[in-house]
Amino acid sequence: MELLFFLLFAGLAIAGAVATVWMRYVVHSAFALMGTFLGVAGLYVLLGADFLAITQILIYVGGILVLILFGIMLTPPDRTERNAKRVIGFSASLVAIALFLAVQIGSVVRWAEKSNLEAPKATAAPIGRELLRPDGYLIPFELVSVVLLVALIGSVFIARRRKAVRVDDSSTAAILAERGTLQQKAGA
Amino acid sequence: MGLAGYLIVAAILFALGIACTVARKNVIYVLMGIELILNAANLNLVAFSRFVGGLDGQIFAIFSIILAAAEAAVALAIVLNVFGLFDSIRPDDPDLMKE
Repeated sequence: MELLFFLLFAGLAIAGAVATVWMRYVVHSAFALMGTFLGVAGLYVLLGADFLAITQILIYVGGILVLILFGIMLTPPDRTERNAKRVIGFSASLVAIALFLAVQIGSVVRWAEKSNLEAPKATAAPIGRELLRPDGYLIPFELVSVVLLVALIGSVFIARRRKAVRVDDSSTAAILAERGTLQQKAGA
Repeated sequence: MGLAGYLIVAAILFALGIACTVARKNVIYVLMGIELILNAANLNLVAFSRFVGGLDGQIFAIFSIILAAAEAAVALAIVLNVFGLFDSIRPDDPDLMKE
């Protein structure tokens, strides 16, 4: 039964990843990526990491995927960029290399694997205690909140609406202006 | 299912993430490939946490998810800014540093 669910979730994750690489339209790829995230969340459940599975769905599907959809919404579609031969070549060769390395490393290294280990009952309370224990992960936990704040302010600062690039004093602006006229000429 | 199965799934996800980053010429695909790579790494962490014991792997995975969210926000802001400057979302186009 566990094997069945493992195959189901692993298949969902891998099929989603393949579709993400393969699809012609970005939106299709984003929705295929949702399949991957849900499959990985299912694998977390099988691994006894219930809190992490919920976090995965909340943050990846509810946050990052929505952010990616906003990115798709705010940029123009590019229907000519996909080169099927290149995609197949890269995917097949990289997957082959990864599987080869995984099998080779797996046959050499002996992990300290304990097969009789019980899966923890519920992980939210122990994780919370570990995060707030002074000789546990308290300092990284506080630091990561600062990182989130900095990322929030930084992304708002970078993405804020600003006037067009000033053409008077910046060589970058000059190059851009020149290039823009070139592109317009090419378009016309 | 033992540790090996999860490691193989993570290896495949990682390879597909790199393929997504390298083979597609659209910044959004680069972002999605990075998310795939981070997911594969998290899966490894959680699998080791389950089969070796202890909660450290899961806590590392939580930090990794938090940093992935921050990375996605900043990367999206950069993508929008670059699109505003260059009118293009192909990662090959912003090449002003070559001039």
